[in-house]
Amino acid sequence: MATELNKLTIADARALLDRREISSRELTRACLDRIAAVEPKLNAFITVCEREALEQADAADKRLAAKESQAMLGIPMAIKDIYATAGVRTTCASKILANFVPPFDATVIAKLREQGAVFLGKANMDEFAMGSSTENSAFGPTRNPHDLERVAGGSSGGSAAAIAADECLASLGTDTGGSIREPASFCGVVGIKPTYSRVSRYGVVAYASSLDQVGPFAKTVRDAATVLGAVAGVDPRDSTCSARPVPDYARAMTGDVKGVRIGVPKEYFVEGMQPEVETAVRGALKRYESMGARTVEISLAHTPYAIAAYYLIATAEASANLARYDGIRYGLRVEADNHIDLYNRSRAAGFGAEVKRRIMLGTFALSAGYYDAYYLKAQKVRTLIRRDFERAFESCDAIVVPVAPTTAFRLGEKTDDPLQMYLSDIFTISVNLAGLPGMSIPCGFDNAGLPIGMQIIAPAFAEESIFRIGDAYERSGASTPRATKI
Amino acid sequence: MSLEKYEAVIGLEVHAQLLTKSKMFCGCSTSFGAAPNENVCPVCMGMPGVLPVLNRSAVELAVRAGIAAHCEIAPHSIFDRKSYFYPDLPKGYQISQYETPVCKGGYVEISVGKDNPQMRRIRLVRIHLEEDAGKNIHEASGSLVDFNRSGVPLLEIVSEPDIRSAEEAGAYLRSLHAILRYADISDARMEEGSMRCDVNVSVRPRGSEKYGVKTEIKNLNSFRFVEKAIDFEVSRQIDVLESGGKISQETHLWDPVREQTRPMRSKEFANDYRYFPEPDLPPLRVPPDLVEKVKTEMPELPADRRARYIRDFGLTPYEADVLIAEREIADYFEATLPALKNRKTAANWVMTEVLRVVRESGETIDRSAPAASETGALLKMVEAEEISLNAAKTAFAAMCKSGKSAKDTVAELGLAQVSDEAAIASACDKVIASEPAKVAEYRGGRDKLFGFFVGQVMKSMGGKANPKVINEILKAKLAG
Repeated sequence: MATELNKLTIADARALLDRREISSRELTRACLDRIAAVEPKLNAFITVCEREALEQADAADKRLAAKESQAMLGIPMAIKDIYATAGVRTTCASKILANFVPPFDATVIAKLREQGAVFLGKANMDEFAMGSSTENSAFGPTRNPHDLERVAGGSSGGSAAAIAADECLASLGTDTGGSIREPASFCGVVGIKPTYSRVSRYGVVAYASSLDQVGPFAKTVRDAATVLGAVAGVDPRDSTCSARPVPDYARAMTGDVKGVRIGVPKEYFVEGMQPEVETAVRGALKRYESMGARTVEISLAHTPYAIAAYYLIATAEASANLARYDGIRYGLRVEADNHIDLYNRSRAAGFGAEVKRRIMLGTFALSAGYYDAYYLKAQKVRTLIRRDFERAFESCDAIVVPVAPTTAFRLGEKTDDPLQMYLSDIFTISVNLAGLPGMSIPCGFDNAGLPIGMQIIAPAFAEESIFRIGDAYERSGASTPRATKI
Repeated sequence: MSLEKYEAVIGLEVHAQLLTKSKMFCGCSTSFGAAPNENVCPVCMGMPGVLPVLNRSAVELAVRAGIAAHCEIAPHSIFDRKSYFYPDLPKGYQISQYETPVCKGGYVEISVGKDNPQMRRIRLVRIHLEEDAGKNIHEASGSLVDFNRSGVPLLEIVSEPDIRSAEEAGAYLRSLHAILRYADISDARMEEGSMRCDVNVSVRPRGSEKYGVKTEIKNLNSFRFVEKAIDFEVSRQIDVLESGGKISQETHLWDPVREQTRPMRSKEFANDYRYFPEPDLPPLRVPPDLVEKVKTEMPELPADRRARYIRDFGLTPYEADVLIAEREIADYFEATLPALKNRKTAANWVMTEVLRVVRESGETIDRSAPAASETGALLKMVEAEEISLNAAKTAFAAMCKSGKSAKDTVAELGLAQVSDEAAIASACDKVIASEPAKVAEYRGGRDKLFGFFVGQVMKSMGGKANPKVINEILKAKLAG
């Protein structure tokens, strides 16, 4: 059994750890061995922290020996390399931060550290979370464990692939326009983007501040709920973080969806979608009906404008958020005779093409004379999209749609066509604009054997509904994870 | 001179550092004089992933300034990002307020003219909150940045173009300075940079309603420089117009050595700040109960104190203006008062003797003048006729140097006034006996000689006799 410990769910590992049948060190060792075995092919990690992880595992074992039990105590995790980790370099997959070692922990890292979680390392991602395939990483792309010629999705591709390949039991990603849900779908794992403000953003390198949200990847809905429960909640360091108490998500997962009204928006089943994706999601909806839920047709009329609005708001915020990488205080510096040239050279050398593209888009959108036509208009669209959802939730409890129009695409397939790449997020972006929670769970496979994800969307702070509906689907036996080929 | 043909139109933008213990968005200290980069943390250094958390006392001080300047307090305002690159600006943007400032409108009263001071209102456009940047230091070995000031809370106070002369600009700044200091909003020290001022100047033909093209003057770190720069810039603009030229809208720097303004290179100011709402901070709410709380905690403002001095102490408006101009002076004045009946004497004393000492020493009042209570004790002796006014001046000068009490100083210098009637009567007798001719003249009707006898008696008593007693006794004896 020892060799398979890395395949455990958090729930199973928790029971074994609490009964002292396994140690956190054994569990961590199993994950590290798996990492050593598959990383050369997968590249899910930018930094592996073997020594630190084993020390943390030993510390966890001491606490376990003292009969302490905490949700994440001794559980080995991968952390997207966007979280500030004290003493461990935090690169954001960018050359500009390649050697940056933060002197502080992000709030969620501090919370997990206090609970005794084990940090295996920093997961690969699209540079500054800008991308949908993890191909925009200065440290090379992450490959999909189901097919090494395909992308893992992005931007949290490393965090998703690490779960799918059993390199860890849980991981953290971030989601600004779909960056948790799309890679979860592509890799066949569970990933949730909670309500905006549910989890602190302090210490999470900012891409688009009004859209960024922290969230977990896991092997099951129950595990995802466990990790979210461990990191969510008020933070005095983040003024946008909600003070609402965090519910006990486990209690929501009753397995019962009788009478639940599931909204199905016609705008999300569009032409050009991969047929197997629609079939799989419609199949899941049928299954819910057979379990006693009702499906309701709804309309989210402003969906077609979501991508345009997103690429104005997100890039505008990014253009300011990334201004701090100037080569003055930390990060890459290319010397020059004067400070203007120092900025130009450092930023030219430090940022990748997609990051530069988005900084330029955002700078343009905020420029004098264009603000009203672009940024302000986009904010108005955002309000309309939010209202669409509010109206829809008058007639349903949750919405079920595909996560992405296709399954994982081939490496390099969309890198030369940014617009095609942007369309990967067509079903996820509205949820960020509206600040709502959304979860991706596996709901089948396409003809090539690649995972398909469905997305469950709920009203703000109704994560409990999402977990209940997702967990019921898992329990029905429909969502059988398929072993990866790696 | 063409000055009469033109009118200057001036507006001021004042930045004042708020008297908070910690910075605007983090817990770092705001104390002045720390070693470079001692008062910093990941937040005010703009590290990746950090977030701002608004300092509540900064908001309260901004509201206090708004109330003191009769502004409308916005129940709801937002912070914006103002983007530009500079090595002392760690995030690449400054958190400021753009479209919705915390305070709107309002005015500051200034007192213009010395002989017959008139109150005039300079209207405000707005007061808003923003964070300060760090400081670039250029050395031979290269440039350095000190981030101690980065994130220190500032108020920006923007006036309407209501100011018409350098003198009025000076009066406005002094009035604003007094308000900020009386209300404990800011130290407002221009030399230390806790108060800074940018000036917008244009000129137009007298009688014209249309504004001329304005220039902005920066780098003004004293009231005097502001006044000089305005005078220089107004004449420069008039000269340009008179010689058929056009004023170009540009930013000038004041050169305090040459005492003139010079245009900045366009690269130094051509910025598109790309303002947009700060997504990391929720809207700033100032509920009515907070406004009420700030109102009840408001210290006495200079205008109220001025009115009180005129009403309760019988001071003239000019005297009141001189005393309230600096809070330390006014506080000093009031601290001399408790034992005294005559406030006017104390006011005159502070305006002449105390202010002279302060001016001549170039020091603050608490370092150059005796403790206010001792000055009060000295004035009390004058009031009780224990010493003469001249003796008090001698004692005061000695006290400034020695720091000793009024009582000890008067005793040491033997300045106590003699009011002993027997002693004075005997001195009077001697003078009358030694000047029979003058006595005869006086008694013959030359009243003017009375002063001569007083002088002789005073002289014979070494100047320490009580003049009032001399008067009484002499009058009786000479009437004989």
